[in-house]
Amino acid sequence: MNPQETAVSEISEPCIKLENVNKTYSGVSAPAVKDLSLEVAQGEIMVLVGPSGCGKSTTLRLINRMIEPTSGRIIYEGEDVTKGDPNELRRRMGYVIQQVGLFPHRTIAENIATVPKLLKWPKAKVNARVDELLEMVSMDPSIYRDRYPKELSGGQAQRVGVARALGADPDVLLMDEPFGAIDPITRDRLQNEFLRLQEELKKTIVFVTHDIDEAVKMGDRIAILRDQSEIAQLDKPEVILTDPADSFVENFLGSGAILKTLTLRRVRDIELSQPVIIKRSTNRSDAILALHDSYFPYAVLLDDHDHPIAWVDERALNRSDSLDRSGASITVQLQPEDTLQDALSGMLQTAAGMSAVVNGRGQYLGTCTIESLASMLIAQPNGASA
Amino acid sequence: MSTAVVTPQQGSAASLPSRRNLKMTQLDLIVTPIFFVLLALLLAVVWVYSDFDRTTTSILEPSRLWTQFKQQIYLALWSTALVIVLAIPLGILVTREGAPRLKNNLVSLLGLGQAIPAYGLIVLFFVAFGQGSFTVILALATFALLPVLRNTIVGLEQVDQSVIEAGKGMGLTSVQRLRKIELPLAVPVIMAGIRTATVINVGMATLAYLIGGGGLGETIAAGLKNGRPTAIFVGAVLVALIALALDFLGGLAQRYLKPKGLA
Repeated sequence: MNPQETAVSEISEPCIKLENVNKTYSGVSAPAVKDLSLEVAQGEIMVLVGPSGCGKSTTLRLINRMIEPTSGRIIYEGEDVTKGDPNELRRRMGYVIQQVGLFPHRTIAENIATVPKLLKWPKAKVNARVDELLEMVSMDPSIYRDRYPKELSGGQAQRVGVARALGADPDVLLMDEPFGAIDPITRDRLQNEFLRLQEELKKTIVFVTHDIDEAVKMGDRIAILRDQSEIAQLDKPEVILTDPADSFVENFLGSGAILKTLTLRRVRDIELSQPVIIKRSTNRSDAILALHDSYFPYAVLLDDHDHPIAWVDERALNRSDSLDRSGASITVQLQPEDTLQDALSGMLQTAAGMSAVVNGRGQYLGTCTIESLASMLIAQPNGASA
Repeated sequence: MSTAVVTPQQGSAASLPSRRNLKMTQLDLIVTPIFFVLLALLLAVVWVYSDFDRTTTSILEPSRLWTQFKQQIYLALWSTALVIVLAIPLGILVTREGAPRLKNNLVSLLGLGQAIPAYGLIVLFFVAFGQGSFTVILALATFALLPVLRNTIVGLEQVDQSVIEAGKGMGLTSVQRLRKIELPLAVPVIMAGIRTATVINVGMATLAYLIGGGGLGETIAAGLKNGRPTAIFVGAVLVALIALALDFLGGLAQRYLKPKGLA
């Protein structure tokens, strides 16, 4: 693979560019960030991930000059923003931090309206924007507009945090471990909602996390950083997972790197198996014959609406019970959008080693087996590009 | 941070803590008036049922008492105003980035200043500035500076750093951050300091008579000199009534100036 192709994303020209940026704190001899060059393409989520103290947060804060670089240049949308008013720059970039930092003495609406008001938007436009943003983050404006931050749960507060960062519709969002302080279940939901939002918004996002799983899930590209913000590897998640650049990256990914690729692939990406289909009306002896000819030792029983009901094998067919009760009933169903990780956990849960895949209306599409998953993982290393 | 999900139905439950808090301030605003009324009744009873000899009558001459009463309030209010004008900007200044050393030195210096007896302080100021109410106001302000300064510093420093960080990240200038975030969030603590300073000033203004500053101290001193407990009592109770009344007004201000949304 040509390294130049992967180093610079092919989407479009960079939105944010750091050129040989250094940051040395006064009184500390070793730089916190050393000669870092990084390009973030328009509309991508670039995840900065690394062990704590590697300088990933510092790097993020250099972009909106919350920390001033000691040397080097920061280019934003083709314009050198290293000098000039940092406040002007920050108003053009959304900023989300782990602690959210909502203004406790301002209502939710006033919080979200912060940057639009700084930019002196007319009042009607600000109000319309607040409602639009609240709806965007799935919070009912009529309920939450006039509430105060103390009335929100952690997850709700961070939704408002994201809405506030999007206030004046900036092209860029800088997110510093935004979901780091949220319980795992809510975090997962917020991540999914955020990814769905991003599909619409197509913002350029720089996302800092220490959690490699979050990086793999959120990133279009991932920069794995080591000490002094040195880029150990910068690439698409599937490439990093299957082809780590060195032992540092390998260690950082941990032992489950191959398993993590399961979260990148979806059920629709693998070829579904097609065992014999039988219906209630099917003659039993025909079914047994079909099963003999089939590669699979079982068949799928569908109801009149093509909804899968049960797995039936020859023994079940030979029994005199009604077909419904003779097989192993299908409790877990997958949809094409589910990740392969969902698929695997579904199969392990039922101990069936296979799972029925259905479309949005619950109609049977095919079967996903543990063998097809395994063969995909084993075949993967070189054919990583989706 | 609480992980409880606030559903619309729970909305009223979520505001419970603030209601409890409100009750506590209400308690504060009820107890003070009760004390005020009780003291005033006591004063009236003493006034009506005591035997007033000639000396007492001349000390407690109503028009003179009224003048001293007004002087006492005048001295307390102006010195408090001076404290506010000096201590709050000073507190803001020393909490800005790049001035941390100054802050600690200043607080310990003023702490030392408070260790000097008020009596001595007033005499010192008399030596420096001569007699009159201006000197008294200056002395009182110096004495009451510390609580307001300290509360301003503490009030500004207790503001959640992540809130300030978020404000900075959204492009609020340092002046906007101070005006829109830090000061509003420090108001309750600063107000508490101002209340303390007001009460100190009302009490200390009693010493103004020492250098010809007037005030109810004259009545108390005259009562002491002539051995007239009724006069001492009337003067002291009037001082206490002023202190209670001003503290009550401070409590009202603290309640209404406190930004909404704070727990």
